Amino acid sequence: MAERKVSVESEVGLHARPAATFVQTAAKAPFDVTVAKAGGQPVSAKSILSVLALDVRQGESIVISAEGEGADEVLDRLAEIAAAS
Amino acid sequence: MDRRETGSTTPESQEQAPRLLTGTGVSPGSGYGPAFLVVGDIPEPAAGSRHDGDAPAERGRAEQALDDVAADLESRGARAGGEAEEVLGAQAMMARDPGLAVEVGQLIDQGVAAPRAVFEAFGKYRDLLSAAGGYLGERVADLDDIRDRAIALLAGLPMSGVPTSAAVPFVLVAKDLAPADTALLSKDVVAAFVTEQGGPTSHTAILARSMGVPAVVGCAGATTIAQGAAVLVDGSSGRVRLSPDEDEVTAARNADEARRAVLSAVTGPGTTADGHAVPLLANIGGPRDLDAALAAGAEGVGLYRTEFLFLDRETAPTPEEQEAAYRAVFDAFPGGRVVVRTLDAGADKPLAFLPSPGEEPNPALGERGIRMFRRYPDIMAVQLGALARAAAGTAAKAEIMAPMVATVEEAAWFAEACRTAGLENAGIMIEVPSAAIRATDLIEEVDFFSIGTNDLTQYALAADRQVSEVAALQDPWHPAVLDLIGMAAFAATAAGKGCGVCGEAAADPILACVLVGMGVTSLSMSAPALPLVRAALARHTREQCRSAAVGARSATSPAGARAAARAELPELGSLAL
Repeated sequence: MAERKVSVESEVGLHARPAATFVQTAAKAPFDVTVAKAGGQPVSAKSILSVLALDVRQGESIVISAEGEGADEVLDRLAEIAAAS
Repeated sequence: MDRRETGSTTPESQEQAPRLLTGTGVSPGSGYGPAFLVVGDIPEPAAGSRHDGDAPAERGRAEQALDDVAADLESRGARAGGEAEEVLGAQAMMARDPGLAVEVGQLIDQGVAAPRAVFEAFGKYRDLLSAAGGYLGERVADLDDIRDRAIALLAGLPMSGVPTSAAVPFVLVAKDLAPADTALLSKDVVAAFVTEQGGPTSHTAILARSMGVPAVVGCAGATTIAQGAAVLVDGSSGRVRLSPDEDEVTAARNADEARRAVLSAVTGPGTTADGHAVPLLANIGGPRDLDAALAAGAEGVGLYRTEFLFLDRETAPTPEEQEAAYRAVFDAFPGGRVVVRTLDAGADKPLAFLPSPGEEPNPALGERGIRMFRRYPDIMAVQLGALARAAAGTAAKAEIMAPMVATVEEAAWFAEACRTAGLENAGIMIEVPSAAIRATDLIEEVDFFSIGTNDLTQYALAADRQVSEVAALQDPWHPAVLDLIGMAAFAATAAGKGCGVCGEAAADPILACVLVGMGVTSLSMSAPALPLVRAALARHTREQCRSAAVGARSATSPAGARAAARAELPELGSLAL
């Protein structure tokens, strides 16, 4: 199981456009991808409703996890999206 | 059997909607077609409703419905483009949410019927979002919209979305219409609009006039019209006739054609019957509106709303981009006037790069128009500079005006800023009652006035334009509004300067005559309104217009003012007004 911990830097948090881009990218992975607030319950990173409901604000940390071939690449890309301001 | 003429009062016929509904006609002409009802509220599917036992088939139906909703949202977005595409695309993602699909599937497997399963599955996310509040709380409405569309599909209910193509143009009937409902509509699809709410400056009214489609707003009982029922709409008188007989439809068509023939017979510059020139100008939002303005015979532009250049973007347009957009409009009217309104932003029209200073519980009374412009001198310097460069090389007469001016000091400040930028003709909009009341002081500082009747009415009557409950107050025929217009026009005339009107009032052919009678020197309106205003003016002398103005201002109500003006304008009948 690979994972990345990143701080969300977008002013709008993981909502609106960043959330859509994040979910669209995760949805392309052929394996499960989850996202959780640090210390919280993980939810599917492919579900826009679940990701929105996490209510991640600017400056908060998230943990993104996946397992499978190419998981590292997907996680790197997702971490990049989440960390973009 | 046709019971129409029998006056039958059997219980059966009492249940039917009445045959004639009346509202306010806000866009002239007659329209006939089957009613298309926009149903805003989809009823909640009954709790405990079960399917017939074939869970896989029921799951398939639910999946199909959600997928259809997503595809429809995406295709609407793709056609609308821009911001709308992004918003609708995000909604489509929600409809395709895999987590949601799992919930719906589980409920159906437990025996819950598809519409109820969709309702309950959405409910969980709805609660999560609304508990979070703020931005997420506002997404609840998006979620409800998707849910209702899916339930409507599953239950065979009419969809809230308006079709964008139709074999026969339909009469669009709604409680009220949102911009999203109407973004993609055209004259080929909609024969007329009828809404239960709204007034002459509602979104529907403005849209209808700009499309040249008849419209009746504030029509009580409109949503009781049966889906698909034949409806004949008269956008002048405000009469909405249900299931009219053939003769009525033919008569209305003939009258409409006669009116159109009369309209096209009057061309050229605006003038009264006795030759008093009243330039007729167009309201535009950018170069894309020029073709319609020129086709309708506009003599220039009376209101160029430059904020459309600034909306829906992250950063301000560059000086070069602005200059090109201004020059394109100037070049379209060599020798004509082009009146440009500087950026009109504020809490009601927020811009990403011009954040409001703070929370404004009452945006209409907050930091907007020239007030906002003064807070951001850089934005203003760039806009005035771009206007000066665009105006320098053109044959049009460029006039620049500021919105929301309330005081002499603001008027003087703006005129000075324009002169510093090299712009000669600086004016102000008369929208705030204080500016109209002290017009004789303000006109000393500027070269012209342009009266914005929509805001002037809103402020004079203390009736928010966005609140439909007070729409009846939002009527420029209120004698108090006419008095304020009269004061501004009188002050400008006395100073030998121009006073135009660029609000929706100028698009009302009867009111246009009254305005000219009060001393207004030019009229600016959305392009489709020009022919009828031109024809109404051409049929009446300046003296008749003056009498109409005196009559209207002597009245004590909007209806009284209208009636008094009509009584002095004998040729309105020949225009079917």
